[in-house]
Amino acid sequence: MSALVPRSDFPLLSVNPALVYLDSAATAQKPRAVLDAMNEFYESDYANPHRGAYALSARATERYARARGAVARFFGVRDEECLIFTRGTTDSLNLIAGAWGRANLGRGDEVIVTGAEHHANFVPWQQIAIERGATFTICPLAADGRADVEALAALVSRKTRVIAFNHVSNVLGAINSVPEIASIARSVGALSVCDGAQGAPHMAVGFDALGVDFYAASAHKMLGPMGTGVLIGRREVLELLPPYQTGGDMIEFVGDERTTWNVLPHKLEAGTPNVAGAVGLAAACDYLTAIGIDAVASHERALVRLAYERVSAIEHVRVHGPAATERSGVLSFTVGDIHPHDLASLLDERQICIRAGHHCAQPLMRRLGVSATARASFYVYNDENDVETLGAAIESAKRVFALA
Amino acid sequence: MTDSSALYHEIILDHNRRPRNFRVLPDATVEERGLNPLCGDELTLYLRMEDDHIVDASFQGSGCAISRASASMMTTLVKGKTRAEADAMVERFRGLATGRAEMDDDLPSSLRAFAGVARLPQRVKCAVLAWHTLHAALRNESGAAREREARQR
Repeated sequence: MSALVPRSDFPLLSVNPALVYLDSAATAQKPRAVLDAMNEFYESDYANPHRGAYALSARATERYARARGAVARFFGVRDEECLIFTRGTTDSLNLIAGAWGRANLGRGDEVIVTGAEHHANFVPWQQIAIERGATFTICPLAADGRADVEALAALVSRKTRVIAFNHVSNVLGAINSVPEIASIARSVGALSVCDGAQGAPHMAVGFDALGVDFYAASAHKMLGPMGTGVLIGRREVLELLPPYQTGGDMIEFVGDERTTWNVLPHKLEAGTPNVAGAVGLAAACDYLTAIGIDAVASHERALVRLAYERVSAIEHVRVHGPAATERSGVLSFTVGDIHPHDLASLLDERQICIRAGHHCAQPLMRRLGVSATARASFYVYNDENDVETLGAAIESAKRVFALA
Repeated sequence: MTDSSALYHEIILDHNRRPRNFRVLPDATVEERGLNPLCGDELTLYLRMEDDHIVDASFQGSGCAISRASASMMTTLVKGKTRAEADAMVERFRGLATGRAEMDDDLPSSLRAFAGVARLPQRVKCAVLAWHTLHAALRNESGAAREREARQR
């Protein structure tokens, strides 16, 4: 099976032909189309937007607005003013946990997250719960690492104010049923917040039909630039949300004693925005749309199935998480008692990039009963050879550690 | 041989497979926890001090081969050393692992295996974890000893 897109689309991969990049769940490599779009903005239309006293600034404003439109189409949001540009998923989740939590949570309220959350969708909720005197509850996981929806349905009550959960686990690749969890939240009048950092790059989101109140994602994991992300929300909730940060751009009128807020999306985007980041993300969305996001999903799933078969057939290898057919393009595994960091170092000498460690998901590591795992993740530029190279390198690492 | 496999010397693999002094020290006078928050490696170091001497040392915890072998060798090497000698060894080992200093004759030759780690910046923290922990243990212990003396006076 060949790669879905030519490796030559990606400058870094072109100049490093021997590199086997299997860490796209951490960050994806960038196609030339994204780099060119950002560069072109800086070279042709660069000025501070929303200050439009001159034509150049108006062009920058226009580029920013067009980027928002393109990204909103990609995420399936008709009301594009409900798409807030942020610094990334972590920023998006802190925005909602901080701004909504501070205004809405109190003693006796309950915040629910799952045991498989990335720290970015765990710690902000844990901390706001502590700050507001709310109860912090961790929803148990099914054996495959997805949220146990039956347990969740039994757990929720009228005290539950918010359920925060991942679309796809960054460690296991397990895919949660977003509509099902959103509907459990709705049944008790709780807010649903979905961390889509590992979802949006790999499958269609279709926000308007998804049923969640909020969806967060990062540009850099979906071929776009670092430092940019989105928070998409339902207008009714966004309208009532107090500002997250205050300053320029987000105000309507600043009096000596009081200030009033700008309309959406500006109310939640204080300061000079990262226009180049938005332009780059829009170009990434266009690139993914041109390939077809469904083709991306099936390519990754085919690769991860191959990888699952190749790697799990090696003696002493334990693959964590769901069955090969039920996962996004992520494979977490351990090899006997070889520590994942040692494995990653040995793979690195063959120019294979994998992630090793707790993957910013220590609560999940505890639930899996491991301190760390090795993780290979696949994207549009990976092919069958990458899987074979990975398998052969694991076998060679076993020989170094005399693990027969 | 490339950098990584050069690092996985037989001596490191051996200490990883059969770590020495890998136990709780029931009569420890100092206990110090070391943590690499980024990778999750953790160890607890136990020392039994008599006057100015480390008479016994052991450790427990989980981590990669580099951190485990480093802790294993360190606990073997510091037994019988004075506080000042152990501290000096910590400094020299840090120099070796970070590439600031060459291997010198004052450092036991078994530690030569860790010289390669300096070329792998992402693994330096694994090699020095036990030594950082020893440094903290000696600092805290000497603080506590001074307090005990002050109270006795």
